Amino acid sequence: MLTNISHVLRACAQRNGAAAVVSARTYADFTTEASFEIKKCDIHKLDEAPATQVVMTRDEGLQYYRIMQTIRRMELKADQLYKQKIIRGFCHLYDGQEACAVGIEAGINLTDHLITAYRAHGYTYTRGGTVKEIMSELTGRRGGIAKGKGGSMHMYTKNFYGGNGIVGAQVPLGAGVALACKYQGKNELSVSLYGDGAANQGQIFETYNMAALWKLPAIFICENNRYGMGTPVERSAASTDYYKRGDYIPGLRVDGMDVLCVREATKFAADHCRAGKGPILMELQTYRYHGHSMSDPGVSYRTREEIQEVRGKSDPISLLKDRILSNNMASVEELKEIDVSVRKEIEDAAQFATTDPEPPLEELCNHIFKNDPPMEVRSTNPWIKLKSVS
Amino acid sequence: MAYTGFHMYSRSLRQSPPPPPQPPLTPTKMNMFQSVTSALDNTLASDPTAVIFGEDVAFGGVFRCTVGLRDKYGKDRVFNTPLCEQGIVGFGIGAAVAGATAIAEIQFADYIYPAFDQIVNEAAKYRYRSGNLFDCGSLTIRAPWGCVGHGSLYHSQSPEAFFAHCPGIKVVIPRSPVQAKGLLLACIADQNPCIFFEPKILYRAAVEQVPVEPYTLPLSQAEVLQEGSDVTVVAWGTQIHVMREVADMAQEKLGVSCELIDLQTILPWDVETICKSVVKTGRLLISHEAPITGGFAAEISSSVQEQCFLNLEAPISRVCGYDTPFPHIFEPFYIPDKWKCFDAIKKMINY
Repeated sequence: MLTNISHVLRACAQRNGAAAVVSARTYADFTTEASFEIKKCDIHKLDEAPATQVVMTRDEGLQYYRIMQTIRRMELKADQLYKQKIIRGFCHLYDGQEACAVGIEAGINLTDHLITAYRAHGYTYTRGGTVKEIMSELTGRRGGIAKGKGGSMHMYTKNFYGGNGIVGAQVPLGAGVALACKYQGKNELSVSLYGDGAANQGQIFETYNMAALWKLPAIFICENNRYGMGTPVERSAASTDYYKRGDYIPGLRVDGMDVLCVREATKFAADHCRAGKGPILMELQTYRYHGHSMSDPGVSYRTREEIQEVRGKSDPISLLKDRILSNNMASVEELKEIDVSVRKEIEDAAQFATTDPEPPLEELCNHIFKNDPPMEVRSTNPWIKLKSVS
Repeated sequence: MAYTGFHMYSRSLRQSPPPPPQPPLTPTKMNMFQSVTSALDNTLASDPTAVIFGEDVAFGGVFRCTVGLRDKYGKDRVFNTPLCEQGIVGFGIGAAVAGATAIAEIQFADYIYPAFDQIVNEAAKYRYRSGNLFDCGSLTIRAPWGCVGHGSLYHSQSPEAFFAHCPGIKVVIPRSPVQAKGLLLACIADQNPCIFFEPKILYRAAVEQVPVEPYTLPLSQAEVLQEGSDVTVVAWGTQIHVMREVADMAQEKLGVSCELIDLQTILPWDVETICKSVVKTGRLLISHEAPITGGFAAEISSSVQEQCFLNLEAPISRVCGYDTPFPHIFEPFYIPDKWKCFDAIKKMINY
């Protein structure tokens, strides 16, 4: 049952650089590498498209599976905790779109920079946050990744600039980061994500212009999950070809439910930027199972059948699992083990997030400004003054 | 010098002659979002040029303020816009200049900032810069406003102070369903661009008997809700309800009688009523959720001390939000709750 290992057209610049690694346990009868046919990307103002024949190793497969499963479980746990009122405020869940976060991260390096909007839990994880930190941030506790002061929409890690509440505002920021990358000459690039709703914001087009004019190493990615809150794309956009909206900026339309497709396209885009050719746009066609946020049931503007259909036919985790199993890259038990260990990790994180204490009151006024010595913050009455430390 | 003030607002700020006798009104139990829907319904019925637009207004809006209007009046009059606040307001200004009654909805007041340029530079100055040739007076912008318990940074802001600094627009904030409908209809009828902030926490929580028929309440007129003799308390929106409790507490525990005033219109604000009250009581407490530095209480405080300096028995007190971004988990500490206000009254009385 060994599949042909065909050499891929371009050398895969993989994160861990592993080609065929012999793991500690001897699963000698498993394929270490397999080749897959992926969907061709639609291109705009490009001469060639990303490869359609790609190689995935066993280790990569298991890694992607684990990360996607972690994000999925984490989001479902957040859903549960929200319904128990342990998480309050706003919570925008990412389940269904895992292939985007994982695929993108597989195509870039941790030293590259990324910024996204409010549906940020998945990216916080792929960019280096731990599940514990993420969940405690959701519950607003001390151990949270932003000390409990940001909440669901405002999570940050090194080279991950959030987590932004105002729609579209993160894209000009991403271009600014790209300028810094170009200026500092470290061959890094900046990935700016936004959604199909945000694609109609004026500042996005301002950013396209600046990035193209100055040939910034910026990858703009539109995660098109077909609905801007409750509005389907046909009703909000004069042109739903989001990958063409950059006009003079080359674009790719990618199947966002297939992690390998996303990975290949991201690598293609990254090579484009690193070669100094300027910005590039990617549209990931993806889907979210939950509503826009926890206050949206998600079924008033789309049918349950539609959600079920996507879950049945294009679920990113199932797609990957089928690929792994049908190519004999791992056993069912091995994947189940991963499931169990992920579940445990999430449970532990949720336990921690529920029991960790809230940030102390002094934190309320900290980090407003950078000031040295600590400054006074005026508050509700003139005789109450709090100290702000930064 | 008098000439510079011309053409900012279309009519005098003083109260118009008493309205003609109205037919009897049929009150119905409504909460605040229903009273807003009722006001919009009245407007669409009586004014054929009226249009309502904004993000998600077609299905009824995220706070249900426009439920049923699209079915009743058609998709040409109640329609969704894409996600572009600057575009929404700019488009609204254009529609208003051309003669339509444009009612734009900004989904949350926190998102109004991309439209800030359009409001301040275009809408507010249209009449003035064209020497009264053109105006966008039939524009009304509505936005949910204020803290809601779990909104955190971007769903809880009170930006009235930013707009108070801009002559040419009117800023109005109701405290209850009856006020909401009357003031909203007044804003729509007013021949100046108006921003109408609706306290989102009161959308469901505030329920009153509201007339189904249209009626207006005067703009730029503060309302004295409760007469008193010791302390004047000024607030608007949700904070009025907090101050009512504070006034009761003050009466009960300190024997202090508070005169409670709802400012209602932030710009142009009713200086006369406030000053008249302060001359009577000698003490003033102003309270709002927005941060204290540069908040609208500062403007009121400054104007009142100019006019009533010798009448003041104690420094004017402001109980407002902290000078921090609206916090996520610290909200209960941040807001000017009744204890902080009660404390302020106590200190003023004992000054």
